[in-house]
Amino acid sequence: MNNYETVFILNPVLSEDQAKDAVDKFVKVLSGNKANVINVEQWGLKKMAYPIQKKSTGFYNLVEFTAPPETIATLETEFRRDESVMRFLTISLDKFAVAYNTRRRKGEFNRNKDKKAAQPKREREEARA
Amino acid sequence: MTLVNEPIKRAEMKPKYCRFKKNGIRYIDYKDPDFLMKFVNEQGKILPSRLSGNSWKYQKKVAQAIKRARHIALLPYLGDALK
Repeated sequence: MNNYETVFILNPVLSEDQAKDAVDKFVKVLSGNKANVINVEQWGLKKMAYPIQKKSTGFYNLVEFTAPPETIATLETEFRRDESVMRFLTISLDKFAVAYNTRRRKGEFNRNKDKKAAQPKREREEARA
Repeated sequence: MTLVNEPIKRAEMKPKYCRFKKNGIRYIDYKDPDFLMKFVNEQGKILPSRLSGNSWKYQKKVAQAIKRARHIALLPYLGDALK
């Protein structure tokens, strides 16, 4: 079992509920493949640094888990199959990263969390149009 | 009139240091774009360790973190007046 974390960006065209369902789907894929999900974080709708698929915003999600290496291929296949996933990044964590994530989960680095969560509603509607 | 180079004030030139070694930071988070902004220039290019002072060990980690942040669109590949 190795430690991994994955960040994926969902299409902003989805509603909040649909985005949650999509996240649940991937968490289920993980837990159905011998993975142990440690943490799921939804950062909500965020503005991206550059447009992807002509969208300027996206739903960011973070999942931390431990899993055998074979699970990653299954998960990434699922990401590629799902059209609502615009981007994904899975990395394996070393011991320093695991220690960092544990502290992060406890909220020791929450400096600008509130500022980041506040996303103007207007931008979301523009992205949909 | 003869041209004379201005003397360099050696006392004012502070030696550079690696902030990760100095502060004991072992992991650089790619999910924190505000922090990584310190290591790119205003076009979004990664600064050389010659300028940032990072040791080779941590310069590699900074570069890796910036490239990951770019992939998930937290940092731009191409920027224009980021700072």
